Amino acid sequence: MAAPETSTAAVPSLYTNNALRNAFGGVLSFFILLLIGVMAFSIRLFSVIKYESVIHEFDPYFNYRVTQFLAKNGIYEFWNWFDDRTWYPLGRVIGGTVYPGLTLTAGTIWWLLNSLNIPLSVETVCVFTAPIFSALASWATFLLTKEVKGTGAGLTAAALLAMVPSYISRSVAGSYDNEAVAIFALIFTFYLYIKTLNTGSLFYATLNSIAYFYMVCSWGGYTFIINLIPMHVLLCIVTGRFSSRLYIAYAPLVVLGTLLAALVPVVGFNAVMTSEHFASFLVFIILHVVAFVYYIKGILSPKMFKVAVTLVVSVGLAVCCAVIAVLIALVASSPTKGWSGRSLSLLDPTYASKYIPIIASVSEHQPPTWPSYFMDINVLAFLVPAGIVACFSPLSDSSSFVVLYIATSVYFSGVMVRLMLVFAPAACITSGIALSQSFDVFTRSIKFQLPGISSNTEVDAAETSSATAEAQNDAVKTEKSEETSKNRPSKKSKKKEKEEKPSTKAKAEKRLIALPLDSSVISLLLLILLGAFYVVHCVWAAAEAYSAPSIVLTSHSHDGLHVFDDFREAYAWLRHNTDVDDKVASWWDYGYQTTAMANRTVIVDNNTWNNTHIATVGTAMSSPEKAAWEIFHSLDVKYVLVVFGGLVGYPSDDINKFLWMVRIGGGVFPHIKEPDYLRDGQYRIDSQATPTMLNCLMYKLSYYRFVETDGKGFDRVRQTEIGKKYFKLTHFEEVFTTHHWMVRIYKLKPPKNRIRGKTKKSKSKTSSASSRAKRSGMGKKNPWH
Amino acid sequence: MGKLWVILIASISILLPFLGNAFSPESPTDRRVLVLLDDSAIKSSHSIYFNSLKSRGFDLEFKLADDPKIALQRYGQYLYDALILFCPSVERFGGSIDLAAIIDFVDSGRDLIIAADSNASDLIREVGTECGVEFDEDPSAMVIDHIGYAVSETEGDHTLIASDDLIKADVILGSKKMVAPILFQGIGHSLNPANNLVLKVLSASPSAYSANPKSKLSTPPSLTGSAISLVSIVQARNNARILITGSLSMFSNRFFRSGVQKAGRKTKHEKSGNEQFLTEISKWVFHERGHLKTVNIKHHKVGETDEPSLYRINDELEYSVEIYEWSGTSWEPYVANDVQVQFYMMSPYVLKTMSHDKKGLYSTSFKVPDVYGVFQFKVEYQKLGYTSLSLSKQIPVRPYRHNEYERFIPAAYPYYGAAFSMMAGFFIFSFVHLYSK
Repeated sequence: MAAPETSTAAVPSLYTNNALRNAFGGVLSFFILLLIGVMAFSIRLFSVIKYESVIHEFDPYFNYRVTQFLAKNGIYEFWNWFDDRTWYPLGRVIGGTVYPGLTLTAGTIWWLLNSLNIPLSVETVCVFTAPIFSALASWATFLLTKEVKGTGAGLTAAALLAMVPSYISRSVAGSYDNEAVAIFALIFTFYLYIKTLNTGSLFYATLNSIAYFYMVCSWGGYTFIINLIPMHVLLCIVTGRFSSRLYIAYAPLVVLGTLLAALVPVVGFNAVMTSEHFASFLVFIILHVVAFVYYIKGILSPKMFKVAVTLVVSVGLAVCCAVIAVLIALVASSPTKGWSGRSLSLLDPTYASKYIPIIASVSEHQPPTWPSYFMDINVLAFLVPAGIVACFSPLSDSSSFVVLYIATSVYFSGVMVRLMLVFAPAACITSGIALSQSFDVFTRSIKFQLPGISSNTEVDAAETSSATAEAQNDAVKTEKSEETSKNRPSKKSKKKEKEEKPSTKAKAEKRLIALPLDSSVISLLLLILLGAFYVVHCVWAAAEAYSAPSIVLTSHSHDGLHVFDDFREAYAWLRHNTDVDDKVASWWDYGYQTTAMANRTVIVDNNTWNNTHIATVGTAMSSPEKAAWEIFHSLDVKYVLVVFGGLVGYPSDDINKFLWMVRIGGGVFPHIKEPDYLRDGQYRIDSQATPTMLNCLMYKLSYYRFVETDGKGFDRVRQTEIGKKYFKLTHFEEVFTTHHWMVRIYKLKPPKNRIRGKTKKSKSKTSSASSRAKRSGMGKKNPWH
Repeated sequence: MGKLWVILIASISILLPFLGNAFSPESPTDRRVLVLLDDSAIKSSHSIYFNSLKSRGFDLEFKLADDPKIALQRYGQYLYDALILFCPSVERFGGSIDLAAIIDFVDSGRDLIIAADSNASDLIREVGTECGVEFDEDPSAMVIDHIGYAVSETEGDHTLIASDDLIKADVILGSKKMVAPILFQGIGHSLNPANNLVLKVLSASPSAYSANPKSKLSTPPSLTGSAISLVSIVQARNNARILITGSLSMFSNRFFRSGVQKAGRKTKHEKSGNEQFLTEISKWVFHERGHLKTVNIKHHKVGETDEPSLYRINDELEYSVEIYEWSGTSWEPYVANDVQVQFYMMSPYVLKTMSHDKKGLYSTSFKVPDVYGVFQFKVEYQKLGYTSLSLSKQIPVRPYRHNEYERFIPAAYPYYGAAFSMMAGFFIFSFVHLYSK
């Protein structure tokens, strides 16, 4: 990592003294950063140590499968990959519908390692991609915060980010998901934006576009960047902070960034066509108008300028109104107003639950609860306000960006749990600033008041170490002055040296604010305690809360540790016992895992791109056996997989998800009605349950033979005895149930070979084959093809 | 499905040495037939029918239905390819045979002939019900027809029916026209109209009804008119074939030989149509006719010969399949103009009738639709009397690759021009702006 830059070169008298100090500080902060990186990496290895080196959860399995494909077939095949094993029979064009950043990153790492003759498997690389990128992300945080508030704040923020639980939850080893690299890309893009804003360098502006491109490649959350940066630009313009640096920071990003973003197949023309991107273009126009106005202002006399303004404003208003009217008409003519459902639910948190059950059904799209804030960012929640205050003293372009970042991300995190991840870096940055500033104040006042130390050098020392950035930012306020504070050669730098004096004077005044010694010491101790508390919480969260791979479950009970490896057992069964082209139907949660682990074709998976297809499966699950059989048969399904937690008390099973299947199915096929499955508005599966509920396929497949386990049919998740205990399956047959009954696999019975005639009035013989007679009962009413 | 078996008729003992050759899809005609009889007299009283079977190469093994040694399978292998139940009154079979065994026999693809009679036992009725026909519930009922009866010596006996209401299907009844009516005396049965596997081959005339001829008709008969089926056939989904009739005596030598004159008609036939009818239909039941097979299913792009693992949208492809029909001794090309192939993904995107070369090769070519997904080539051929053909072959269709699109579109030249002139203009502007002072 780069040694911290210093601005003190501008003070010639202290030059030699400070050079040594800065060199030392640079080396020190380099090692601190190294350690932060090591910590960020190693705190995420709990999952590997406690469990094993596996891919976690659902989406990572898809990414893993794609990475395998990439490693095997190369990038062009990946780009053009048409996957015929998902979304049967529609298939999915993987290359055009996936954010390729993560896959390409891991693929590149794997390729590099292999060409260096380090034969790691693709899986290993995938497992460890997220921890590696968390280290990078903490370094990026250091850079960003250093740009805002100096090295001290940067190091603190980096340390905080390295172990913030919210980020750990998405980046433990094995959590091979887009967010793993996207958070790094997000922070790094922001860093480059601030860097460009501070320096006005086109070089950084270009780098910024490339970083933005990487972000677009990695995660759909890039829209956050392309909306936040315009907001900040607008804020700068409104508050009269327009400068050429702002122009350089923004205009190339929009032009190059949009061009680059359009290169990503999954984004394509969305980069210019959807409403999420409109803000950036609007601000782009405004920026040019403002730049033009400033230019006109420069060449006209004040009086002429006023005349011109009134003229232009009156004409411009008329034109604007017309244009806006046309735009509104255009946008309003599209049903979703040009916004995608996920984005709309950001603006109106109730949108998704009202209109799109498929978005609302995902738990990570739900609004978070208050405890989850404490769980995910812990003490940072208390430090954030202090950090915001610190950003205001003094307010610079970059610190206003941080304030804006935290303000928007707090809102978004309040809408969707998943966006807590975007909020966490902002919280770390502001908290880092707060912690570092308060440390700064306390240590300075201690040093100031400690006897026996020459106050003169002490004051300088305390000030130079942390207030360098302030010096920069103070300087930034006055136009053009900031180039001097940078060491980079500039033709204009010479004439700015005199600007330093007022800023050092300002610091001298600030220096005098010193707190009493005892309160400073106590506050310091309390701060350290707070930090310690945070560390303890983070390590606990990393070790206990967020390390479970969710395909292997464990539980501790009085008789020791239980391991539930049912998912892999079921997928292995499918892989070994079914034909390679057989289709497996399950609720979409298990689609990615089935294709990746069992290598069988699935009907729907976690890429919920086709609502109708998912609704078809939901309808089948909510229908009685015969109707479900017909739906599945029309989709060539051979096996149906359900997840059932009633025996061991695994709460996220299909019965608990079932209402979503009903809602999603009912959204497309209106004969499925949610009230039919509820008794007085209550969802229940006991004897009070409605007949529709007790006869639907999901109930039957989940509870088939369940009563044989304990004789009562007591469901441990719902804490009740099931409503219908003894029943037979007519159109499905059980082929596999895992050890703890968590996954049950059923096979569709083939159509009957013969169609039986009408049953006679109960003859004596019917007892001989009761099952056969029952089956024929179906055939009699409506011969089943 | 099918299996060939050539054994000498004489060696009627239990024929284990030949089991190794069971199930030969290459020659689907049945060879080993078990005949279960109520009493051994039937063997001689129905000898014409049995002899005609024997002369066609079938190996008949006669057993009494209550013989304790009879078994359909041994060591998991079926001993017979077909079963003839000429035992209408049997209450329970001997040996290991029961209702479930017979049903399993059919479900394994083997064929069955059932002849019931008035006073048919519950067991036989249940076998019929399992196969999809319902015999009249009244155990002593017979089919009576006061108009369509056969003129006979005993005046007033209208249970002997002469029927010529046959299904029109050459594949079932042979191409030779039936002239003489068919004599029938026995119980009628009805079919569920929704059941598409079972066919009425010989139905009663509209004036027929089913009742006990000895007793007075107090209630309206439950089965009347042409809803009564006299002879029905079933082709199960696995192509097992079943013949069900309510009359055992129609197989008898007496009926075969007797002349027939239908009431109200002048023409008197020297010989009833029973022999021809039952012989022809036994050919169908024993897969000597109407059995199709497909081989060499091929598809490839036009101009190529190798079968690709997937197609691209808008590819031109050729699909071909060879269909043959079993003639009893050899596979003959099947000739029809109604064999269609579907290119199917949830619904048929392409449905084309295939052309044939009279040698059994059916082929067509079409363009893959402009839709990607996992398609299937489907041939669903279900023709009356023939075994059903159901072929489906999965084939993915992919969209264009990134480099398969047109690179330069004429319509876009203004845009190319705009872009390049903009670049040039910007370059010149920058140059002028920077260096002209």
